[in-house]
Amino acid sequence: MGSSYGKKKPIWKMIIMGVISIALYATLLMKQDIINDLFTRGGLYAFLPIVMAFIFSFFHGSFTGNFWRVLGIRAAKKKKEVK
Amino acid sequence: MHDVVKEAANFISLDWMNIAYLFIVGFVGGLVSGFIGSGGAFVLTPAMMSLGVPGLVAVASNMCHKFPKALVGALKRAKYGQVDVKLGLVFGVSAEAGVLFGAHIQESIRKAFGDAGSNLYVSLAFVVILGIVGTFVLRDALKIYRNGNTSEEEKVTRLSKWVQSINIPGTMVYFKSLNAKVSVLFTIPLGFATGMLAATIAVGGFIGVPSMIYVLGAPSLMASASELVVAFVMGLGGSFKYAMNGLVDIRLAMIILAGSLFGIQLGAIGTTYVKPVMVKMVMGVIMIIVLFSRGLMIPVYLSQLGLIQTLSEGTVKVLKNTSFAIMALALLIGAFIILRAIWQGRRAERMVTKEVIGHGRI
Repeated sequence: MGSSYGKKKPIWKMIIMGVISIALYATLLMKQDIINDLFTRGGLYAFLPIVMAFIFSFFHGSFTGNFWRVLGIRAAKKKKEVK
Repeated sequence: MHDVVKEAANFISLDWMNIAYLFIVGFVGGLVSGFIGSGGAFVLTPAMMSLGVPGLVAVASNMCHKFPKALVGALKRAKYGQVDVKLGLVFGVSAEAGVLFGAHIQESIRKAFGDAGSNLYVSLAFVVILGIVGTFVLRDALKIYRNGNTSEEEKVTRLSKWVQSINIPGTMVYFKSLNAKVSVLFTIPLGFATGMLAATIAVGGFIGVPSMIYVLGAPSLMASASELVVAFVMGLGGSFKYAMNGLVDIRLAMIILAGSLFGIQLGAIGTTYVKPVMVKMVMGVIMIIVLFSRGLMIPVYLSQLGLIQTLSEGTVKVLKNTSFAIMALALLIGAFIILRAIWQGRRAERMVTKEVIGHGRI
């Protein structure tokens, strides 16, 4: 289905990653109290914010990357010569 | 530490205005980071504090958005072949040591001279370092523009030629960005200085990127991209340290991240449309504007320390607001230059495509 939009516009990927990102952010904002309580206990609980940052960066990073591609904003076709 | 945790537990409540504000500041900060490898932190931390977030929590939350942002930016720019992972890691690990040392110095100054003393130290570091490095970077960029040879390959400085010529057996490492072997006895102190600056003014890249370019001889696009690896290593270590004490407000960190991931992707794309000199230009311009912004605060701290006549409350307020506005302006100008470069680059590309199609028809 997505192929009708052409290979270069990952619309479905963007939508899926967008929905996951929204779900993640909605959970974060709706469960603020519990999350704040758990994440600020210190010690080994320090892994929680780190893991969460990785999860958010994976899904949201993929969403934002696809978002710009869908808008047609991609890297220059002729890459700069980088040595 | 228990008190700090208790203070941190009273995190601010977030309304939609706060969320939108942090998102936008995050976006602009991310845009500049994606392009020059650093930047944003010096506005993000005060921006959070202006919402009533305690300073330490603002710094910790800023750190926690920085490493995932840098990771996404580094991955994106690695796709364009701009990242030297080895150089980034060597710099990153030594920068981590620099951060610890820098934090220790900060702590000693705070103990001896109080908050105003520590603020004065930070502002002086801003003014002196940005004054020297910023002038140098901007002068170099302007010189290239004046010569009109912006498309030419970047020249390796005499200093970096010398650094690359020194052979100290057992310490030589090959870096692909330099296409040469350099002794780690040079890279480690530079990374350390980057970390120290990061611990002092929150933006280590202002030392990291120019030192990779001018001391080691890396091309500016690769230096700014590899700095993102350094920021990732420093940010990860720093975030964990602060999180151990329960100081990270994950909501703030993730909201800023939401905006900055849009920005960093765009900034990274922007680097493929510009000539390398543009990175130097944006970096130099931001550094000089930020320098003036911090310079304005020096009289405030001097008066708090009783070294000059006490300033009236009104004057302090005006200086503080102007200083913050100038910092925000620095980021906005950077963002404007980057967006304009993308716009012009894309337009030029479209025109070339049209011409090619036109010729094809004839």
